[in-house]
Amino acid sequence: MLCASCRLLVARAATTLPAPPRGRGPALRYQRRELHFPGHPEPPSSDSSVGRLTRQSVPLGRRVILRRGRMPPAVGGGLAGSELRSRRGRCGSQAARVVGRDVAAEAAARSPKRPVRSSRRFEAAGRWALLALVTLVSFATRFHGLDQPAHVCWDETHFGKMGSYYINRTFFFDVHPPLGKMLIGLAGYLSGYDGTFLFQKPGDKYEHHRYMGMRGFCAFLGSWLIPFAYLTVLDLSKSFPAALLTAALLTFDTGCLTLSQYILLDPILMFFIMAAMLSMVKYNSCADRPFSAPWWSWLSLTGISLAGALGVKFVGLFIILQVGLNTISDLWHLFGDLSLSLVTVGKHLTARILCLIVLPLVLYVAIFAVHITVLNKSGPGDGFFSSAFQARLSGNNLYNASIPEHLAYGSVVTVKNLRMAIGYLHSHRHLYPEGVGARQQQVTTYLHKDYNNLWIIKKHNTNSDPLDPSFPVEFVRHGDIIRLEHKETSRNLHSHYHEAPLTRKHYQVTGYGINGTGDSNDFWRIEVVNRKFGNRIKVLRSRIRLIHLVTGCVLGSSGKVLPKWGWEQLEVTCTPYLKDTLSSIWNVEDHINPKLPNISLDVLQPSFPEILLESHMVMIRGNNGLKPKDNEFTSKPWHWPINYQGLRFSGANDTDFRVYLLGNPVVWWLNLVSIALYLLSGSIAAIAMQRGAQLPAEVEGLTKILLRGGGQLLLGWVLHYFPFFLMGRILYFHHYFPAMLFSSMLTGVLWDTLLRLCAWGLASSSLARGVHALGILSLLLGTAYSFYLFHPLAYGMVGPLAQDPESPMAGLRWLESWDF
Amino acid sequence: MLGVLKRPIVVTADINLNVVALTGVGLLSRLWQLSYPRAVVFDEVYYGQYISFYMKRIFFLDDSGPPFGHMLLALGGYLGGFDGNFLWNRIGAEYSSNVPVWSLRLLPALAGALSVPMAYQIVSELHFSHSAAMGAALLMLIENALITQSRLMLLESLLIFFNLLAVLSYLKFFNSQKHSPFSLHWWSWLMLTGVACSCAVGIKYMGVFTYLLVLGVAAFHAWHLIGDQTLSNGRVFSHLLARAVALLGVPVILYLLLFYVHLMLLYRSGPHDQIMSSAFQASLEGGLARITQGQPLEVAFGSQVTLRSVFGKPLPCWLHSHQSTYPMIYDNGRGSSHQQQVTCYPFKDVNNWWIVKDPGRHQLVVNSPLRPVRHGDVVQLVHGMTARLLNTHDVAAPLSPHAQEVSCYIDYNISMPAQNLWRLDIVNRESDRDVWKTILSEVRFVHVNTSAVLKLSGAHLPDWGFRQLEIVGEKLSRGHHGSMVWNVEEHRYGKSQEQRERELELHSPTEVDISRNLSFMARFSELQWRMLTLRTEDSEHRYSSTPLQWVTLDTSIAYWLHPKTSAQIHLLGNVVIWASASLATAAYTLLFFWYLLRRRRNVCDLPEDAWQHWALAGALCIGGWALNYLPFFLMEKTLFLYHYLPALTFQILLLPMVLQHVSDYLCRSQLQRSLLSALVIAWFSTACHVSNMLRPLTYGDRPLSPSELQALRWKDSWDILIRKH
Repeated sequence: MLCASCRLLVARAATTLPAPPRGRGPALRYQRRELHFPGHPEPPSSDSSVGRLTRQSVPLGRRVILRRGRMPPAVGGGLAGSELRSRRGRCGSQAARVVGRDVAAEAAARSPKRPVRSSRRFEAAGRWALLALVTLVSFATRFHGLDQPAHVCWDETHFGKMGSYYINRTFFFDVHPPLGKMLIGLAGYLSGYDGTFLFQKPGDKYEHHRYMGMRGFCAFLGSWLIPFAYLTVLDLSKSFPAALLTAALLTFDTGCLTLSQYILLDPILMFFIMAAMLSMVKYNSCADRPFSAPWWSWLSLTGISLAGALGVKFVGLFIILQVGLNTISDLWHLFGDLSLSLVTVGKHLTARILCLIVLPLVLYVAIFAVHITVLNKSGPGDGFFSSAFQARLSGNNLYNASIPEHLAYGSVVTVKNLRMAIGYLHSHRHLYPEGVGARQQQVTTYLHKDYNNLWIIKKHNTNSDPLDPSFPVEFVRHGDIIRLEHKETSRNLHSHYHEAPLTRKHYQVTGYGINGTGDSNDFWRIEVVNRKFGNRIKVLRSRIRLIHLVTGCVLGSSGKVLPKWGWEQLEVTCTPYLKDTLSSIWNVEDHINPKLPNISLDVLQPSFPEILLESHMVMIRGNNGLKPKDNEFTSKPWHWPINYQGLRFSGANDTDFRVYLLGNPVVWWLNLVSIALYLLSGSIAAIAMQRGAQLPAEVEGLTKILLRGGGQLLLGWVLHYFPFFLMGRILYFHHYFPAMLFSSMLTGVLWDTLLRLCAWGLASSSLARGVHALGILSLLLGTAYSFYLFHPLAYGMVGPLAQDPESPMAGLRWLESWDF
Repeated sequence: MLGVLKRPIVVTADINLNVVALTGVGLLSRLWQLSYPRAVVFDEVYYGQYISFYMKRIFFLDDSGPPFGHMLLALGGYLGGFDGNFLWNRIGAEYSSNVPVWSLRLLPALAGALSVPMAYQIVSELHFSHSAAMGAALLMLIENALITQSRLMLLESLLIFFNLLAVLSYLKFFNSQKHSPFSLHWWSWLMLTGVACSCAVGIKYMGVFTYLLVLGVAAFHAWHLIGDQTLSNGRVFSHLLARAVALLGVPVILYLLLFYVHLMLLYRSGPHDQIMSSAFQASLEGGLARITQGQPLEVAFGSQVTLRSVFGKPLPCWLHSHQSTYPMIYDNGRGSSHQQQVTCYPFKDVNNWWIVKDPGRHQLVVNSPLRPVRHGDVVQLVHGMTARLLNTHDVAAPLSPHAQEVSCYIDYNISMPAQNLWRLDIVNRESDRDVWKTILSEVRFVHVNTSAVLKLSGAHLPDWGFRQLEIVGEKLSRGHHGSMVWNVEEHRYGKSQEQRERELELHSPTEVDISRNLSFMARFSELQWRMLTLRTEDSEHRYSSTPLQWVTLDTSIAYWLHPKTSAQIHLLGNVVIWASASLATAAYTLLFFWYLLRRRRNVCDLPEDAWQHWALAGALCIGGWALNYLPFFLMEKTLFLYHYLPALTFQILLLPMVLQHVSDYLCRSQLQRSLLSALVIAWFSTACHVSNMLRPLTYGDRPLSPSELQALRWKDSWDILIRKH
């Protein structure tokens, strides 16, 4: 399709251009130029004929607005060489015919008869004023009533708490990367919040605690979404009405508003996503001035935003994917441009690798470095991490540890798996259920510190208490046959020829025996893998394996999550395949033995890459572990675009202050219709171009905007929405909002283009002018009015529920599934 | 007239002896000793059950895939005169004499045998040489895993057959596109493509991947057709329409037809009835239909009903109450109303009966004239055996404290008044005056005082509640959810006013008689929906594996072991073929991108038509492999080595084409070419040798000594069974 259309264009260009600067202008150059409709300080004189033709038909007032579509001179200005400039000149005529009336009008305005300078200044002022207005309205709506309600709402309980952890420098564990929470913590710190509020559960009153800094910060970032969307659409469509419509849709969407007003990760995430999108679009439109200052700055800004998006949530991967696809297609075009030498293409490639891969990676790693440096006190997340990791945290019992160094019989220990995020060997009084091997006590691994993680090392053949002071201390050595007795239940670690519950090829591990008396299946040979410290077993340092004496299998964890009967802890098995994998190697972490002297020992300090890798393993494991519980009512991805159901942020009863996260149905359903319309009109346009239909210049320009600009946005929507269908983890309504931003931008581009096409179709009648303006205006007003109706959802409502005719929201419960 | 007589009648037969020969050896390799072993081998134990169900016409539900494959297997049984009387209970069980093993295994074996000549045809339709085509067919022929899989009562070989058929017929269609569009030839291949696709999907959902492949390639070609400006608009439109009909319309219709036949065949009730809705069950012969036959349709005041939860998760169950009360204090210290328990009970029981009562009257019998209950009416529900009224109040439910407790009200003379009025809300009503109908109506009970909705929470009560399911009043009505919806399953008009008589009446079966029919589309959509949403307990299997282990053949499956000797059938691939097929895939990918980049810089290494053929071969084979393989990484179900076989066939097809390409375009001199041929011959002989070595495990015909078996265990992860004597 691309080829066909560009061939067509070349043909046309060749016939209309008076003197192409270089004889054999390759087709692709035109094609690329055209993508971006760049602005041109000095259009070639050949355009004036087009300008003159249309001059009469464009009323003066409109022209002023339309001309704001041009790039600011600073960006459009020429750092580029002469060769480039001549090419740009050619491209200018091309752009003019593509954008048709708008640019033609511009050209007309710029013809020597006009007072060029003053009008340009006027126009620039107007452009900035409009942007300022959009930004102002956005900020006003987001900051209005920000302090209400003065209690913890919904997930503020998590993210507020995590912000406090940063202020208190307490280590914690979360499934998301740390940037978002770090920024929240920083905002809190700067605004004088002292980190003492507990954020225990939604509904807790903030009282004297200063929470406004954190909310204000989120609202601040959330407010930028609208100017960003405005600028993105403006750049993609070169049309102010489209940009305004997008801005209105997002400003007046109650969902975006609600989500921006609380201490959540979403406004931060969406800020970075939109920033990445905007800078990507901007850098695309400087494609004709490669390696210029704006080009570099937009490119590196894209990279920085990508790092930010990924640093807040892994959902940032989708925007990375989008930028990646855009970059690949960009490079593909450059590579096919035979006028560029391979060296130039190589430079392009290197620049992108530097800015879009290396830079984000460095930043992302830096975020983690800060995270790990700041959180240096022991906290609730310790157990998720390896012993060596924990030794860094002050307050942890491994920090400057003072424990007996070598294991002796009678020692009480915790045993930790060396594979990341598996946890401690654990047992509890519950039995394996019927049908799962033998009905004996469960043995699992568990990530949290707990009394049930404690085991006593005993000799296999005697049951006497080795802590009896009359016995001499006897150290455990490599190759000894031992018994591990569970301290709380006095059952022995046991294995036998029964299938393990999940990994059927392995043997089951259970707790067996009464008060330490069991059978020969309780005997394990302890082996040290790294024997450079001698035959004794050293706390933390020694990597040990436990080999079952009777069956010869080795104790390990499969890492699989047990069903509900196993409390969703991880499976422990005895592996008959003696492979040297980390999952069957353990180390001793806590060690209590009153008969041995405590000595302080330096623990292995993990290197930074190890810490980074470990944090990611733990996060991914945590994310996969977020499974919906049985019978829990969960939100499904198909609910989201139809605005099927909201999320209750605060309050449930008549008397409460209720905030309900729900999209403005008018906006959302308009978006939904727009996607369908876009697919329809887009495919009609694409087929028409593929058939080689001769479209009038203006229609062709609009079609291109629809296909290219709209295509980018549709891709964004698809990438931010459809992957959720494949996710096994629990999903919530608010996951849709990044996709919703793209869908709203698409709506803006679509309606503006369609209305322009309508206006063009009606060109003969007097209505022509009005159709576009009227259409856009009615959409703007409609959205604003719907916001007036639904604003209590976001700003909070008190009083009877919507079923009640007395309620302020009476009659607005359009779907029965909305409960406000 | 005479002209006909003047010239002789000539039949020109154009027989490719290659194809004939390949078919012959294919049949030989797959049909040889087909009825050995005369015992249940691996998954035959699973598919055999369904064959028996077909033979006995008993309804079943298998969530693993659509029923076409099962039907084909059952066709074999039907042809062999199988009566369905065999207990498929364990692998290795001897077949009794009434089981026609040969004809049961015949269809999969035929499909496997025909895949061999089809591989030949596909490669030659892709415009590669006859020797390449021959190579592909021979590789298919000697691939041990394919042989094993097609000689048993399993579905993979049927799936592979239809996959290849779809690709082949699309290629035939595409190749006739240029010179004879809209000819009979063109039409028949196009239609066959659609038919083969729907058959593949009908055998296993996996077939969708190949269907998507064909659709993708067809869409790409159609897009070029649109761009072809030598064709008129009308011509393009008719081309597109023909493709849409054949590739979208025909498969949908066939898929529906498949289910139609399936439901026609299975008309008796069976063990899986419980999973289906009451209406569906009533459409089967026997089972619920026997009970509900002739029930009065309209529920009236005074009706005796059982109420079934429509949601049916975690278990299908009926609204139930019994004498026991909620414990005064729960384990966690919260209190209850100490009134009579209301639960959901997964078994039929006399305590499931409720009487619909008009709050304004005292009567518990149906008056004449009948007063049907309509949408919006306020009713009371009286528990039949205890005569207490269904009630809910502002007390936290035992396990879901955010919801209200539902009880049967007991008047303790305390400050807790009865709140036993419920408004009937017919969910699937057509108008607001709809009458509450047995089985058909799906209703919600909305509590009048608190507007809570009667809901099955899905949690199991502890011992004091006899592990029955918890019923709550959900106050915050979160939209329509299946767990709040109920339907009347059993129904009769109450006649006895006295409690004692009524109890007797409740114990007696319902008697009146009318039958009820459900439309095919309703039954189809319900069945399809259940198949897609049913979650069977995912248990890990001893021989299950992960997709990563397939490419390197790091896993195997023991299918069958002779009861006395060590003869065994083991699913193992030919290592040489698997490794070289993966290498060929990698080589193709590298070469393809190399050519692509160079073409972009206007350096054409290949002539245009060779490039086209090369690209199409890659799109089909690499695309087929990737589509049939990569999705498994996202699946959470238990996976086995045989899931990889469809992907493997695409890789095998590619292998000789890559070799031919190397010889044609990369070998610069005759010497290099001869050298390559010699290498290929050596490699192929190795493959044959390996295939022959593994043959005892493929056919299971020869017992091997432990040392021989140990010698065959080339990888530690192969679980070859060795008897310890």
